[in-house]
Amino acid sequence: MESCPSVKNIILLDSEGQRVAVKYYSDDWPTNSAKEAFEKSIFTKTQKTNARTEAEIAMFENHIVVYKFVQDLHFFVTGAEDENELILATVLQGFFDSVDLLLRGTVDKKEALENLDLILLCLDEIVDGGIILETDANVIVGKVASHSIDSGAPLSEQTISQALATAREHLTRSLLK
Amino acid sequence: MAQPLVKKDDDRDDEADYSPFLGIEKGAVLQEARVFNDPQLDPRRCSQVITKLLYLLNQGETFTKVEATEVFFSVTKLFQSRDIGLRRMVYVMIKELSPSADEVIIVTSSLMKDMTSKTDMYRANAIRVLCRITDGTLLTQIERYLKQAIVDKNPVVASAALVSGIHLLQTNPEIVKRWSNEVQEAVQSRAALVQFHALALLHQIRQNDRLAVNKLVTSLTRGSVRSPLAQCLLIRYTSQVIRESANNTQTGDRPFYDFLEGCLRHKAEMVIFEAARAITELNGVTSRELTPAITVLQLFLSSSKPVLRFAAVRTLNKVAMTHPMAVTNCNIDMESLISDQNRSIATLAITTLLKTGNESSVDRLMKQITNFMSDIADEFKIVVVEAIRSLCLKFPLKHRSLMNFLSNILREEGGFEYKKAIVDSIVILIRDIPEAKESGLLHLCEFIEDCEFTYLSTQILHFLGIEGPKTSDPSKYIRYIYNRVHLENATVRAGAVSTLAKFGAMVDALKPRIFVLLRRCLFDNDDEVRDRATLYLNTLGGDGAVVETGEDVKEFLFGSLDIPLVNLENSLKNYELSEESFDIDSVPKEVKTQPLAEKKAPGKKPTGLSAPPTGPPSTVDAYERLLSSIPEFANFGKLFKSSAPVELTEAETEYAVNVVKHIFDGHVVFQFNCTNTIPEQLLENVTVIVDASEAEEFAEVATKPLRSLPYDSPGQTFVAFEKPEGVSAVGKFSNMLRFIVKEVDPSTGEAEEDGVEDEYQLEDLEVVAADYMLKVGVSNFRNAWESMGADCERVDEYGLGPRDSLAEAVNAVINLLGMQPCEVSIQCLFFFGIYAVDMDMHFTFTFLTALHWTVKYHVVNCFFTAIPV
Repeated sequence: MESCPSVKNIILLDSEGQRVAVKYYSDDWPTNSAKEAFEKSIFTKTQKTNARTEAEIAMFENHIVVYKFVQDLHFFVTGAEDENELILATVLQGFFDSVDLLLRGTVDKKEALENLDLILLCLDEIVDGGIILETDANVIVGKVASHSIDSGAPLSEQTISQALATAREHLTRSLLK
Repeated sequence: MAQPLVKKDDDRDDEADYSPFLGIEKGAVLQEARVFNDPQLDPRRCSQVITKLLYLLNQGETFTKVEATEVFFSVTKLFQSRDIGLRRMVYVMIKELSPSADEVIIVTSSLMKDMTSKTDMYRANAIRVLCRITDGTLLTQIERYLKQAIVDKNPVVASAALVSGIHLLQTNPEIVKRWSNEVQEAVQSRAALVQFHALALLHQIRQNDRLAVNKLVTSLTRGSVRSPLAQCLLIRYTSQVIRESANNTQTGDRPFYDFLEGCLRHKAEMVIFEAARAITELNGVTSRELTPAITVLQLFLSSSKPVLRFAAVRTLNKVAMTHPMAVTNCNIDMESLISDQNRSIATLAITTLLKTGNESSVDRLMKQITNFMSDIADEFKIVVVEAIRSLCLKFPLKHRSLMNFLSNILREEGGFEYKKAIVDSIVILIRDIPEAKESGLLHLCEFIEDCEFTYLSTQILHFLGIEGPKTSDPSKYIRYIYNRVHLENATVRAGAVSTLAKFGAMVDALKPRIFVLLRRCLFDNDDEVRDRATLYLNTLGGDGAVVETGEDVKEFLFGSLDIPLVNLENSLKNYELSEESFDIDSVPKEVKTQPLAEKKAPGKKPTGLSAPPTGPPSTVDAYERLLSSIPEFANFGKLFKSSAPVELTEAETEYAVNVVKHIFDGHVVFQFNCTNTIPEQLLENVTVIVDASEAEEFAEVATKPLRSLPYDSPGQTFVAFEKPEGVSAVGKFSNMLRFIVKEVDPSTGEAEEDGVEDEYQLEDLEVVAADYMLKVGVSNFRNAWESMGADCERVDEYGLGPRDSLAEAVNAVINLLGMQPCEVSIQCLFFFGIYAVDMDMHFTFTFLTALHWTVKYHVVNCFFTAIPV
């Protein structure tokens, strides 16, 4: 195997197997019904397992799936059959921890749906077209949750604290140069 | 909070059902999206609407072309807002909408502005979005910025550009390849993930340049790669380099092995595992090389993380297929995994144990498996059944407990595939282990008493008809078979009638009783069942007289049809109803399809019921049938052995020819399998001119030319030689392919009238001693060896040359002797073979370094042990 490690999909389901957020990066499931069938199959087959303390793993239709559950949320990450299982587990852990940080510890379906924008941004920051972008939860959250005003905006539009933050950023930038 | 007090349970129910997207509707959300056009943008509200749109898409909702375009245009308006959170959502939305080329132009300028913005987050995301939706022409415009971004100080920006480069390489390779200087610089980056992405892109740019990849790997394995992911990549590239260089270097240390071994001590588990797996997958890996990898995998087996355990046991399972001895150290850890909560891990552990276990541990293992079988899925069960089958073939003495296990699980619930796997296994065991036959047949009989699968019932009935009459007490099967006639559907009933008739034909004592049963079948309500019963009664003489069944009747009823079914089918299709009756002799017997095709499929599993029920694998059967259908060779007697095909041409030449050597008692037949790889040519009258001047004991007796050889459809031509009977004559033959070549018009496919005679030089072929040796497995080598006595024993020493590993030495001996390795252990190799001719053994092998061989032989059997000194 010479290819780059890749992720085929990241799936977040609720306790009934309904989608909360999903992202597919490969053509293995061309239609929505194929995707739903896959989700149903992994959901039913993993339902009985206890994946609450440690991430669990299984094989489905020649794919490796690593998964972890918390409250009423089921996290899945899928990779190719010959993928390094530990890499997939790292991606799963990154996603899981990011969501935990973003939802400030109350990780359940209600909270996840209310902050769906953050979860979608989080997915966008973890994997790009199947290639792993970042797996460190702190970095991912830092990228997702930077809800400040564009630093390029005129100063009049900024509050004092934002202005201070901008100034600090400018300073560190110039120091690093 | 102002709500009136309600019961707590109700409260919780409400909460569980609550969703911000409850009752969401596409039409309404599209209406809401109009807020994007407001002159005074409310970033918060706009973000919410985008989230709703994304939610709909995520749930599988689709937008029509018009809807998508409308949403896209209004989303582009949001670039006016400076709210970072909203901008992020806009980026995601544009990627999800994947706009068409003419729409892309609308956002290009906004995105390009963001790409040069001072805000890192804008730069990184704008690059990713733009590269996702752009086409080649636009790419040349932004190329300059992308090259800059690759070496940007901000790791997020650099990674965004590099990852986009990896994607763009698929569509615009010529542009991305121009960035290799920048990418090279990025490989040295201090940011972990930038290094990973840069390495991935650099390798993809250079993947076709073997030398460059080699250089890349050489330099990086010396330096320090920071990110674990990049290290994993490097391991993959290193094993690729090892694989490609392995062909050139035969001996000496494997290059880069030290690097892989060093990675086993890395602090990241993913790197350790990647390296361990890479080592186990090395071509012809030696036990010395394997040991450190197995050791770390063994540690993983007792990890608290299921993912680690799974990864380790899956890899060890693969290793066990090729190096069972190397894995035995892990057996204790593996046994504790049988009770693992994760059933995938447990299944893998069991099948690994079954592959590596020794005879004494079988019973204990089976006990553990029995408890385990009830709570796993069918797909796992099939894996276990297959592992048990091979275990049973390995330890035939244990057939009783293993066969019991199979029959127990056969009685339990299960789907067709699972049941078929069990039945196939029992059939294979019956065929290969004579002692297991009677109990196995009874298990099958019991199974068909309550079998819901017509296919399995008929297959088992057919098998019973062949094996049942040969047992010591055939009558006990009759009850089971006749029950079918009462209880089953028409297909099974017809099968049962045929099976009954077989018993009648083969066992004279049972004949009167069988006739009674068959006569009852004459009143069946199905045509086929009645027809069969009538046919059998008449041909077997069911009019009352107990007569011995003639050979020809048996042959007519139960002999194998020596005509390929495809040919028969074609002939029947072409047959038109007329005065003349259908003549089965007019059906061509020649096999059109290449019989070797099935041999080429590697790793083919034993086919169980669908394979012929007796004798060695089907290819030998296919050869035998093929040869006996040629009148010139019909009187050569029984085929002793057919060799594996030997290529006589280089790969990718105009004509591909390989040869199969068929050994008969007094003859050798060369079967040349020819393939014409030129579409514009048709070859006719193809023969191989074999010059036997260097093989004195051989005399050519017959040739069978191939009438025509069209493009890409393989054909065979034969040359037969006579050799002194009972002598394993050896010799060397030089060959020339001779044919008439005709031009073919590729458009019409028609060949020209006139052809030209031509010749094509083939490589020489040799008949060697190994061709006369038949590989035969013995179930217990030691017993067989002891039973031969000391006077059969000769001790000799032969050198085998320096060999890297035991496996390689074994292969060398197998190739030279053509014997079956029976047991291979560190101390000894045991071989067994049946020699074709009654004569003293003499070998003409010369080897370089000493290897001590003990040879025992008697007239036709030959045993070997080889003991390295």
